[in-house]
Amino acid sequence: MSSENSDSNHGSLSKRLVLTVWIWLLILTGVEVFLAYVQLGLVLMLTLLMGLSLVKAGLIIAYFMHLRFEKRSLILTLIPAMVVTISLLAVFYPDSFRLLNLRP
Amino acid sequence: MANATVEEIELRAWGGGTFPYSVSHIKLGMWLFIISDALTFSALLVGYSYLRVATPDWPTPFHLWPTIAMASLMTLCLLSSSLTMVLGVNAAHRDDRKWTTIWILLTALGGVAFMILHGQEWIGLMHEGMTLTKNPWGAPLFGATFFGLTGMHMFHVFTGVVYLLVMAWGFSKKKFHSDHVEVCGLYWHFVDLVWMFVFPLVYLLSVKMN
Repeated sequence: MSSENSDSNHGSLSKRLVLTVWIWLLILTGVEVFLAYVQLGLVLMLTLLMGLSLVKAGLIIAYFMHLRFEKRSLILTLIPAMVVTISLLAVFYPDSFRLLNLRP
Repeated sequence: MANATVEEIELRAWGGGTFPYSVSHIKLGMWLFIISDALTFSALLVGYSYLRVATPDWPTPFHLWPTIAMASLMTLCLLSSSLTMVLGVNAAHRDDRKWTTIWILLTALGGVAFMILHGQEWIGLMHEGMTLTKNPWGAPLFGATFFGLTGMHMFHVFTGVVYLLVMAWGFSKKKFHSDHVEVCGLYWHFVDLVWMFVFPLVYLLSVKMN
């Protein structure tokens, strides 16, 4: 295989950066699996898992999907709309506690 | 009309003749599709979370072996396939047809490995009595949400593998350009991205604690 050149004109990432991101993804996944076996409260566990997953998602979107190196207008068009819409879904999530408490 | 002239196309941001966001149309289209699909999966995941919290007898039956170990291996398969995909896109930008094809095929291999492991897991769970409507451990919805979520994701992996194989064939035949490979990569990374959320919420939160 020919040596990698970080040709930022074509938007190729350097091999080192790609491998670094990949290693971090593996590490974060390992932390998540480990956390699954630690006796934490459900709320703390969920917060930690979702937080770690969001970091992993951010790494994939920014580097593997290259969004970090695109025009800012594209980032601003895609990400805030998605975050707001997902928040609209998540806003209904606490209602599940109401249902839980309603049960006999 | 004796003098028909063609007006010069001016490159203006709002006047047409340019690429919005300086990306190709296929890339913008794929990004918009990815956002919409992300919303679909978000709806499924939030719905699953809601049902789970509202149901008192939700089971957590997944043993470390084989379920969590296999699911972790599947995660490794997808993450590695994302790595090979990035390397494939890099090779495509270099016009290295041989290595682009190799990396894309390795990516598809990761996807196929994922599907085989996942299928085996499904069969194992079904042998234990888990279906869409009942299971031996607790709330009936456990099966519906599990098979629904993982099935929807596996469908995306399957279409992704087909897409990758078509891309490997087409790029080597010079029918597709590096732009097409990059857009295929976006879809594949999205499939991995969804798994980043499905794995903790479905598997890691259903670990059997003794």
